[in-house]
Amino acid sequence: MRAVSLRGEVEEFLYREADLLDGWRLDEWLALLTPDAIYEVPPNDRPDGHSDDTLFIIADDMDRIRARVKRLQSHEAHAESPRSRTRRMIHNVQAAENGDGSIKASANFVVYRFRRNAATREYVGRYEFRLKREGGGFRIASRRAVLDSEELGALGSVSFIL
Amino acid sequence: MVVNGGPYILDQPERQMFRLHRAVLFDPEVARAERERVFARSWLYVGHDSEIAKPGDFRTRHVAGRPVIFVRGEDGKPRCLLNSCRHRGTIVCREREGNAKRFFCFYHGWTYGADGALVNVPGADAYGASFDKSEFGLQPVPRFEAYRDFWFANFDPNAAPLAENLAGAKEYIDLVVDTSPSGKLEIVAGVQEYDIAANWKLLVENSFDDYHLLTTHVTWLDYLKGAGVEMKRPAEAGVLLPARGIGRDLGNGHACVDNVNFRGRPVARWIPIYGEDAKPEMAAIRAELVSRLGEARAARIADTNRNLVVFPNLVINDGSSVTVRTFQPIGPERMKVTAWALGPKEESPSARARRLDSFLTFYGPGGFATPDDVEALESVQQGLAATEIEWSELSRGMNKTGETLNTDEHHLRAFWRRWNALMCAP
Repeated sequence: MRAVSLRGEVEEFLYREADLLDGWRLDEWLALLTPDAIYEVPPNDRPDGHSDDTLFIIADDMDRIRARVKRLQSHEAHAESPRSRTRRMIHNVQAAENGDGSIKASANFVVYRFRRNAATREYVGRYEFRLKREGGGFRIASRRAVLDSEELGALGSVSFIL
Repeated sequence: MVVNGGPYILDQPERQMFRLHRAVLFDPEVARAERERVFARSWLYVGHDSEIAKPGDFRTRHVAGRPVIFVRGEDGKPRCLLNSCRHRGTIVCREREGNAKRFFCFYHGWTYGADGALVNVPGADAYGASFDKSEFGLQPVPRFEAYRDFWFANFDPNAAPLAENLAGAKEYIDLVVDTSPSGKLEIVAGVQEYDIAANWKLLVENSFDDYHLLTTHVTWLDYLKGAGVEMKRPAEAGVLLPARGIGRDLGNGHACVDNVNFRGRPVARWIPIYGEDAKPEMAAIRAELVSRLGEARAARIADTNRNLVVFPNLVINDGSSVTVRTFQPIGPERMKVTAWALGPKEESPSARARRLDSFLTFYGPGGFATPDDVEALESVQQGLAATEIEWSELSRGMNKTGETLNTDEHHLRAFWRRWNALMCAP
């Protein structure tokens, strides 16, 4: 019973995060992160790699996450100005207590990305989260978006928050 | 050779005029001609020696549209073999990378050694006098040569040797290689592979066009400034960026920008983004450079950053980090980009992590700059559909004698002149 209710809680949290990201409510999204949060997109050929010895697509600490959000809120982040329209589908949510008070969660995702004059792009993969409980809710300590595609290829850039 | 009744470029130094016919960026006929006239005659980057460190190590990739296996044989020798079974054409090796004693074609079972020799043909007794196994090894590219561990193929058996062709580009490859105490660099694990919906030559231009930095990369410049990087523009007239830089024609279509550094360098110029903790190690890296190479050469390496285009489609940017990237045209309006990080083999884990972190501040499909370059190139390609406008303007700096700046277009013209010469050769 416990596992089911934890999963329900996590699902609700991930749905809310997805709404904030798709709505480009990035300041509210930042508020979901712990002060030492990390956000990573590993390279397609090394999905299990570590960013210290492997070239990632994105490997942000909190300073870089804030800088990324600041950049994306500028009209001069040309790759996202005009902004992409995105819609994320979150599925197969799993959650378990880590034993240190944090929660390990994962979910499959499909993120559709639309831009004028460009074909629809579908980013498919799996989120891996480490969540911490705070004030009756969760905060994201670690967020890793692992793409299933063999290469970015026609997906092009990951200029939005995946 | 003409397009739409006119030449590819209008190059009139006496009038300080250089224009590029836009059809070269979208015309399928031009793209077809390029395949033979440019790509089948030029030295094309295949891979770095470190990627196939041990006998049997291999990487499969595409070079000018041809599938190849970059492999080190049991004899220790790197080869570039066409990845196509000599029987009926199948791609023999379908793995991205690995280590193999044999390449086995699953279609009918023909088997090749890591050196490409055909070692087994099931039911060989059914072949007659015309079939000699020794003539049916995996076919090597006609020419395969290296300069300081960078391996290049040439599909023209009569091409001038690589080292001769590289001309002035060698100086700039040396500056990268000399960052390593042992003279050995290695490609770091993790590859960035992404498409750009634009003609490949637009990425050549973009890779060393510093004129676009101020507007295309304003958010990146803001990021550096916000992190405490010194961004004061020199007083010299005409300098647009926070440090002076020049554009250079290196011969045979190779060219570069060569800039005083302001953006930080893992080897070895500290900026606040690296953090206070990094200072002692970076000072030690710098001291090693000085003791090995002397003050002047150490400063040359550590205090300048350089973007090099090796004609036609290799870029080595020794900037916020070192990136090696090559790109293959997929038709006239699309390219596939492959980018790697490169670092000294003996680099400490902490220096390696810093190098990779610094890479991601600017470069790559999730960096703070490259996505805006991609957007710029795709926006150009879309704009080219306005075919009433026949010419692009590329004359910046032609009103100068002698040295031209990194924000001029002298070095871009060096690329285009070589491209034009190959396209128009008899």
